[in-house]
Amino acid sequence: MELRKNYFADVRKDDLHEIGQDRPRSDSPGHVTGKTSFFADRNFPGMLHLKMVRSPHHHARIRSIDTSEAEKHPGVARVLTAKDVPHNVYTILILIQVGPEDETVLADGKVRFKGEAVVAVLADTERAAQEAAAKVKVDYEVLPAVFDMEEALKPGAPLVNEYHGQNYYLYDSGECRKVRFGDVEAGFAEADHILEQSYQSSPIEHAPTETTGCVVAPAGNDRFTCYTNTQAMFFTLDNTSIILQMPGSKLHFVGGTVGGGFGGKVDVIVEPIAILGAKLTGRPVSFIYSREEEMQISSPRAAEKVVIKDGVMKDGRIVARKVTGYTDAGAYSRHSPYGAQKGAGHYPGPYTIPNVWIDTYCVYTNRTPSSAMRGFGVTIGDFALEVQMDKLARLIGMDPLEFRFINAYRDGDMKAHRQPTEGAALIECMQEASRAADWPVAEKYMAMSSYAKGA
Amino acid sequence: MAIKRGRGVAAINYPTGMNLGGDPTQALVHSTPTGNFMVTLSSVDLGQGMKQIMAQICAETIGVPTDRVVVDTADTDTGPHCMGTFASRGTHRAGNAVIQAAKEARQVMLEVAAEELEVNASDLETDGLGNILVKGAPQKAISIFDVALSAHFKRGRSISGRGMFLIPRSYPEKETGAMKPSTCYAHACTVAEVEVDDETGEVTVLTVKNVFEIGRALNPKMVEQQLVGGSWMGISHALYETTEPYYPNRDHGGTDFNQYLMPGPGDLAETEIIVLERPSADGPYGAKGPGEMCANPQIPAVANAVFDAVGVRIDTLPITPERILRALRAQAAT
Repeated sequence: MELRKNYFADVRKDDLHEIGQDRPRSDSPGHVTGKTSFFADRNFPGMLHLKMVRSPHHHARIRSIDTSEAEKHPGVARVLTAKDVPHNVYTILILIQVGPEDETVLADGKVRFKGEAVVAVLADTERAAQEAAAKVKVDYEVLPAVFDMEEALKPGAPLVNEYHGQNYYLYDSGECRKVRFGDVEAGFAEADHILEQSYQSSPIEHAPTETTGCVVAPAGNDRFTCYTNTQAMFFTLDNTSIILQMPGSKLHFVGGTVGGGFGGKVDVIVEPIAILGAKLTGRPVSFIYSREEEMQISSPRAAEKVVIKDGVMKDGRIVARKVTGYTDAGAYSRHSPYGAQKGAGHYPGPYTIPNVWIDTYCVYTNRTPSSAMRGFGVTIGDFALEVQMDKLARLIGMDPLEFRFINAYRDGDMKAHRQPTEGAALIECMQEASRAADWPVAEKYMAMSSYAKGA
Repeated sequence: MAIKRGRGVAAINYPTGMNLGGDPTQALVHSTPTGNFMVTLSSVDLGQGMKQIMAQICAETIGVPTDRVVVDTADTDTGPHCMGTFASRGTHRAGNAVIQAAKEARQVMLEVAAEELEVNASDLETDGLGNILVKGAPQKAISIFDVALSAHFKRGRSISGRGMFLIPRSYPEKETGAMKPSTCYAHACTVAEVEVDDETGEVTVLTVKNVFEIGRALNPKMVEQQLVGGSWMGISHALYETTEPYYPNRDHGGTDFNQYLMPGPGDLAETEIIVLERPSADGPYGAKGPGEMCANPQIPAVANAVFDAVGVRIDTLPITPERILRALRAQAAT
């Protein structure tokens, strides 16, 4: 790695003692010698292991659940169903007033994706819990499922989630988050070329080294200590408090070093049910996802569809950009309404475009709920935007890097969401990339600056 | 049939912190009797090294070496509230909270030192090595060790401070979408060079040259580990990863690392990282959040390089050999 101190030297003081220094990480010797402790290193006498009975169907009504054989299985301490969960229908962003509550801790009457948790089995060993889980009998009436976002948005599509009432998230702005800036149709009318293209991604797994999990120990005084690898301690504690209808003062969450998060550990999935199990049995409980659960049950990055329509001039200026983004939330909201909205704030990318129209939709389908992941709401949008930029440059016969200089935002430029640009540095990154990659651009672009024009 | 070479570029920006703000983080700082400093948080270290960075920020602000600072975090019984470690917010939000807490603790420390040295606190400075000196008269000095002892056992003062950082929440305007998503943005530009085998559809990423602008590299070695890791992840997203290979078909999802494809060590490109620093107005020592954005530009840069190599556009991720071969066949048929 090289630090190029010649850029922005006029706005930066390099007079610091500890900051900017390559101090060795205090925790790395522990990591590389295996001394660092993780949540799963906790082991308590009498600890129970929790395994989930999961839906084999993408969408089904639950006619009945019979746990009698499972309860008789040797080593089983307790079997939990929806009725055991005090506040079973929840949504995590309720803490920042983003509802409605739309998801069940344990399925109640219906399952909406393959792998959804239906019954929790607590037993002395993982094996006993797994064997007992196999003895739970669930009678399903399979319902039509919808997997394609366009199909889901058509009238008459199977309704994925009754708590929403339609297969998209209803924002205060309506069926999508909107950004309107300038007059996009006028921009298209004056453009020399119009290019409309569609981009698509598929769900992506966070693939952390350490799978999602927690170990819960009753403290003996009505308090419960939850050792967890959540990325957000109080966010998880407060949601657990709501789900279990238990005062937050009874809950003690202990984290530590997490074996990789990437956004995959912000969903509050394992802690509430494990603490409930500890409360109802009086015993410590361990609930740790298998790798299969981590890959197919825990939230992935959402699949997205992004449609971009641009109006561009022969001289390289983009004069209008219309973006329609679709985020596949799967069966439940989790963080997806936030992610889709974040996309609306990100488009049209780091470029100054006078006429912009953005609609971002959060769509429900019968698949594993998606949620946050590194680059949430932006990563796939950037793929679409930057491939589109390449296509536009080639369409007008311009070098792709030079084309970006022409449109790059600078300090003071008004963004589509009506914030003036501050602290821009796109131009300098591209100038340095031009040098580093031996991708020459015209001298006038190398002389540009992100500082406000005329400043 | 041939192996064809191409290159592509992409440029991006990325918002720091929870979108639209409203995501507070608090910190507490106190000294031990012998002048070490404890930072208490409830933020989570995900392996990216947040504890180390918070220690360096606290040390810089108080004016002591980093090894005099210990970070206690991720315990809801001891640590004050943090919204969580996500959205590239850890360094920016918690770092600002630590600075505020450390400034308050530093002020008490200087007041105690002033009493010991019989000067005004405003006439004192730290040397960064564990001593407090009178400005212009460095022979008149006291160690922070002695100041802490004095505060605890003689003067009855608590060398401590409270810190809080909150960007007020922005609510998007319904019709226009006017809003304030973030207060500072990191930037990047990546050039990727690939080889595509037009017989097998296989892509080899030869080099990625990444330029990242991140406000301030608080610890350059740790920034490097995050940026290199991110760059690899970007390549992995571009060419390999998905839990649903035939999305929206729900079948064929991988359930372990034999089925879920990621690049192995031999598949990783020669990676170059260049860092620029334009300090952000509201970042701790100018830092922005580099955690997420560093994995983004490689994806379109690789996609554009594939087109440059073989002349087909793969607009669906991941860019698998199957998709490339199908596109090449469709192209040959027209």
